[in-house]
This record gives sequence, C-alpha cells and structure tokens, in this order.
Amino acid sequence: MATTAVALSERENYLNKEYGITSWLFTTDHKRIALLYLITITFFFFIGGFFALLIRLELLTPEGDLLLADTYNKMFTMHGQVMVFFFLIPAVPAVLGNFLIPIMIGAKDLAFPRVNLLSWYLLAIGGCLMIYTILSGGVDTGWTFYTPLSTHFLDTHVITAALAIFVAGFSSILTGLNFIVTIHRMRAPGMTWSRLPLFVWANYATSIIQVLGTPVLAISLMLVALERIFNLGIFNPQLGGDPLLFQHLFWFYSHPAVYIMILPGMGVVSEIVTCFSRKRIFGYKFMALAVIAIAVLGFLVWAHHMFVAGISLYAAMVFSLLSYFVAVPSAIKVFNWTATMFKGSISYSTPMLYAFGFIGLFTMGGLTGLFVAALGIDVHVTDTYFVIAHFHYIMVGGMVMAYLGGMHFWWPKISGRMYPEFWGRLAAMIIFIGFNLTFFPQFVLGWLGMPRRYWQYSPEFQVLNVLSTAGATILAVGYLLPMLYFLWSMRYGKAAPENPWNGAGLEWKISSPPVTDNFDETPLVTWEAYNYDELPQEVPVGR
Amino acid sequence: MADSPPAVVTHNPELQHHFTTLEQQTEAAVMGMWVFLITEIMFFGGMFAGYMIYRFMYYQAWLEGSQHMDFWYGSINTVVLLCSSLTMALAVRSTQLGLRRSSVVLLLITILFGLAFLGIKGVEYYGHIVDEHQFPGPSFRFAGAYTAQVEMFFSFYFAMTGFHALHMVIGVGLVSFVAYHAWKGRYHAHYYTPVENVGLYWHFVDIVWIYLYPLFYLISHIHK
Repeated sequence: MATTAVALSERENYLNKEYGITSWLFTTDHKRIALLYLITITFFFFIGGFFALLIRLELLTPEGDLLLADTYNKMFTMHGQVMVFFFLIPAVPAVLGNFLIPIMIGAKDLAFPRVNLLSWYLLAIGGCLMIYTILSGGVDTGWTFYTPLSTHFLDTHVITAALAIFVAGFSSILTGLNFIVTIHRMRAPGMTWSRLPLFVWANYATSIIQVLGTPVLAISLMLVALERIFNLGIFNPQLGGDPLLFQHLFWFYSHPAVYIMILPGMGVVSEIVTCFSRKRIFGYKFMALAVIAIAVLGFLVWAHHMFVAGISLYAAMVFSLLSYFVAVPSAIKVFNWTATMFKGSISYSTPMLYAFGFIGLFTMGGLTGLFVAALGIDVHVTDTYFVIAHFHYIMVGGMVMAYLGGMHFWWPKISGRMYPEFWGRLAAMIIFIGFNLTFFPQFVLGWLGMPRRYWQYSPEFQVLNVLSTAGATILAVGYLLPMLYFLWSMRYGKAAPENPWNGAGLEWKISSPPVTDNFDETPLVTWEAYNYDELPQEVPVGR
Repeated sequence: MADSPPAVVTHNPELQHHFTTLEQQTEAAVMGMWVFLITEIMFFGGMFAGYMIYRFMYYQAWLEGSQHMDFWYGSINTVVLLCSSLTMALAVRSTQLGLRRSSVVLLLITILFGLAFLGIKGVEYYGHIVDEHQFPGPSFRFAGAYTAQVEMFFSFYFAMTGFHALHMVIGVGLVSFVAYHAWKGRYHAHYYTPVENVGLYWHFVDIVWIYLYPLFYLISHIHK
C-alpha cells in the first residue's frame, strides 16, 4: 500500500502541479477555482450557521432574554442573506458544477476560464462587503429588503448589504453564463444532448435561471440603494410609489432563486441514485425535460409569495394554479428516482444515504409547498413557522443533503483520497435525525400559529421550540463531522482509485485527482449515459 | 513535407489551449456575449417594467414631466448614437477585411461619438439638476401639477438614463481597448472576435437609448 501511495503523490495532477498561494489565487483551472469556492462557501456556511444557532438559542425560552429584539432581527436577516447568497446559490454549481461539468462533457476547461476566476473574486468581494456589514453592526431588513422599510425606516447598513449581494449576484450570473456556453460549445465528440449526465442538465437549467433572474435582483437592490443614497423615489409611497412593485421585482428573481437552490441538488441525486442502484436512470428524457420545465415554470409563480400583500384575487388565483404546475415535473423527478431504485442492487454507501435523505425530505418540502400554494391555507400559514419549515425542508433537507451527498460521491475524485466510510454514514444519520428534530416541530408550531421573525412567543409553544433547538445542536454536530474527516482524509485517507464506485460518467474514466487538462486526449463518447447494465454490478469501495 | 499538419489553424497564437479549433473559440466568445446581453436586457427590464406600471397609473404626470425634457438635446443625442453604431459596424467590417488603418480610424470616430453623447448628456443633466432643481429629493422643485408623481418621473429619468450613461462610459472604455489593440495589429481577417463582441455591446447600449428616447422625450409631443 505504501508504494502505491507514494506513486500516487508523485504523479502530476492538478493539485501538485504547482504550489504557493499565487498558483491558487491566479489559477484559471476550473478544478482549482472549485476548491477556492469550496473554502469560501464553507466559511460562510459556518457564519450563517452561527446566526442560526443564536436564533435557536434565543427561542429556547418564550421570553426575549438572550438577545435584544433589534439584535434578533439582525440575526435572522443575516442568517438568510449569508445562507442564500453566499452558501446555497453557489454551493453545488460553483463547487461541484465547476469541478465536474467540463470533465463530464469531455472538455479541458470551462469556455471562459478567466471569467470563471473573476466570478470567484466577485463572490469574495461580495463576501468581504457582507463581513464588513456584519462587523459594522449588521442589517435588519429581513433577507427580502422589503420597501419602504429598507428605504425609509432603517438606519442599519442596508446599502453595504445590498451592494454585497449585488456583487455576489454578478458572480452567479457569470457562472451561469460560463456554464451555458460551455455546455453548448465544449462537448466532446459523441457527447450529444441526450447523452449528457443529468447533473449537467440540472446545472444547465440552473444557469438559465441565474442568467435571466439575477439581473432583476441586481436592479431591484440597486434602486433600493439609489433611493437611500440619492433620494430617488421609485418605491417611495409619498410620491405615489408602490411598495408592491419592489416585491414583484424581488420575487421575480427570488422565487426562481429557490430553484437555483434545488435543481443542482436534483442533478447530484440523479448521479448518486443510478450509481448505487447499478441501473440506468428511469425515464432519462423526462428527467432532463423536468429540470428545464421547473426552470421555466419557476418564472411564472413569483407572486405566490404575495398572496396576503394586496394583489388582486384573480392574479392570486392564476399564480396559485401555476404554482401547482410546478408539482408535476417535481413529482416526475421523485417517481423516476424511486423507479430507478426499484429492483436495483442498492448499496447503502454514504452518498446513497444522503440521496435517500434528499428524496424523503424534498418530498415533504414539496408537498407542504402545495399547502402554501393554496390560497385559503396560505392566508392561515403566511409568515408562520410552517413556511419556515417548508422552505428549510427544501433548502436544508434538500439542497444541503444533496450537496453533502455530492461532496462524498466526488470527494475521491476531488482529493484523490477516500473518506472514512463509517464516519460518513454516521454523519449522514446524525444530520437526518438532527434535521427532522429541528424542523418538523416547526411545521406544528406554524400550524398552531407561531409567527416567524419574533424573538418572544407564547409559553404554550415552548416544548416544540425546545425540541427544535435540541435538533439544531445535533444538526450542528452532524455538519462539523464531514468537515473534520474530509480534512483528516486529505492526509491520512486511503488513496482513491480511478473509479471507486464503478461509476459510468466520464469523470470516472480519468485519474484521481485529475491532471490539469483533465484528459490525456479528447474522449470520443460512443455510449449512452448511465450504461450501468454494461458495468459490474458491484460497488467496489465502501460497502 | 507532404505529411506536415495544417499548421495555420492549430498553431494560431490566439487559440487558447482549452479549445480545439479557432472556430469553436469564436463561436463560444460570441455566444457568451449574446448571453451577457440577455442579462443586460433583464437588468434594464426591471426599470422598464417599473416605468410602464407608473406611466399607466400616473399618465398625466408622465406627460407633465415629459414636457420638461429637452427635445433637441435628446434628438441630437439619438442621431449621434445612430451614427456611432454605423461607424462601429463599419469598424467591425474593416477588421474582418483586414483593413487595419480604417478600422482604427472608425473605432476612434466611434469613441468621439460616444464622448459627444456623454458631453451632451452632461450638459442636459446640469440644466436639470442645477438650473431647474429637478433632481428628486429635498431639493426637488416643480411648479406644475402632480408634483409628487413628476418627481417619480424624474426618478425614472435619472435612474434609466444614468444607467444607460454608465454603460456608455464602459462602452467607450471597451472601444478604446480594442482600438489600441487594432492599432497594434492584433486583429486580422482570421481573428477579430473582440472587435465583434465590443460591437455587439455597443449596439445594445445604442438600442437601449432608442427605447429611452421616445419614452422620455416624445410622449408629450404626441399627445399635446
């Protein structure tokens, strides 16, 4: 074993080709940029998680005792902004997508390597502005920046927070642009659209949303900033401005943004489920079209966030109906994953456990989404913990599970090392239990009428809140574990073979970790995606 | 020497290592620019949507505000920009044909048109802000009817033309960049993508103005 480890470390790959800080900060290698993103978003994940922990600690008791009311407002605002814009949106596309998309389509790099590096710098600059906002006293608009609260009534750091998200938004736009052009123009010979891995399809759909939606958020936040700096009056009610206009513009981006935060996760789960069931994906074309359908429908449902804001009843009915349509492609995804597993030879490796978690939790989050899409029920649960639980089931139960599943699935490829399987499975179980204990009580709390964004609550809600806080501490342990053993494995982990899972994609046909140009020669693709019937029925590692 | 590869295409110094052919590289670059322009449409689209909604709600105020636009400055600027688009298109064509001198000259004329537009816009802004006190906020003065909504009209005017002017400044910078490299002889009949892409951007910024001009300057003249 010792000799193979030495041989591995001596072989030139993208990690050991160059050393030194400048070889990372000025790299244009998509794999290295993916790692820069990984470090950045991990940092922000723990900052956002810290705010979440403070929120849960405050809610341990009905009285407002740990934090002042104003501080609490800042906590949930910055929790939302950091988690959405600096973790969830870049998570799968900018880390796993960046690393894998060129490899999966048989290219040497993304179409615009320098733009890719620029994207990371934009996220880093936006991140610095966000850190500055946090350190200089924070912002308490809620992550939504609703006017006229954000424009006329707060003296916190709204402008720097808006600017931070504006800059980070351009990072997201450029990543989407790069992916679209790469997927159109850089595919290897034989890699037709119908042979693309579903992970690539999912990121393609995500990119469409990033490119079409994010500029609208950019201009909305810019107008809020201009209203504060130069007294422009576009949302000012004193001049006849309509605060609802801001809500429309904001949600025109921010509802599709929810799909930025779930579609790439669906892509990850498709890869994992096929590999660990040893079966071709069930209904490939439907799976590919479903992500595109979700992306398109996502642009037509934004006003379901505004059912109680004073929009016309007829508009609300249309938006309610359209929101129901989203359930169709989402259900196709869930049914087809299940059908893929049916009669497969399933192995319960760590990535598969995360995929199971994703499918179950996403289903719950999706079904409760139908509750809140119904006009009557939405009036009852708007701005309650029911909504909080619903979208955390999608974003944390769905996306974070998928992100971690993907990190485990491709960690051997990224680092060239195996993570410890026992600890991997343990962490997956802890996260699943901790997640449900944190957020399931919130469904009940919301249904009973506990409103969101309050730092005090009626004493009868305490038991469920204590459960939720207990769950959050378990969840925190679950999230720390993978970080620790991933770091451990970089030094002490077993050397990873080329294809530890007998996976079918192009990424498993190159060395672990890959060389800088990914492929020694441009591959010629002659097989269909997920040809697991032609591969061994065994997953060699991690059983 | 019969077996030597066709060195012209594969060894082109402009071909980046991750592309197979120069054609693939050019297609990617131009497609990237088109996708970027789509994001720009969405960016301005937010403001156009707001403009439309408020114009529908406060039509009289919009007419009132539009009467305080300077028709001639706006019209001259429209002509200036249309001419700049012509010179830009000719510059791209000259570069494609390998006419280095004429492409440099045409790019320089485009820059001059761009600067002329910005100069006229500056004079116009100066009149609105300093002489007429029409910038929204505490210093806003307006004698006619619908004062509040006219202030909103001017908010849109300054936001939309301001972002347009910002794009013009960036455009002048980009054209200067390609003009310098054209002068250095970097572009030729087989490699002119940067000029083409800057041209696309320039035409886009031009088209935005083509919409801004009637929406701000012409609406009252039609309905009077």
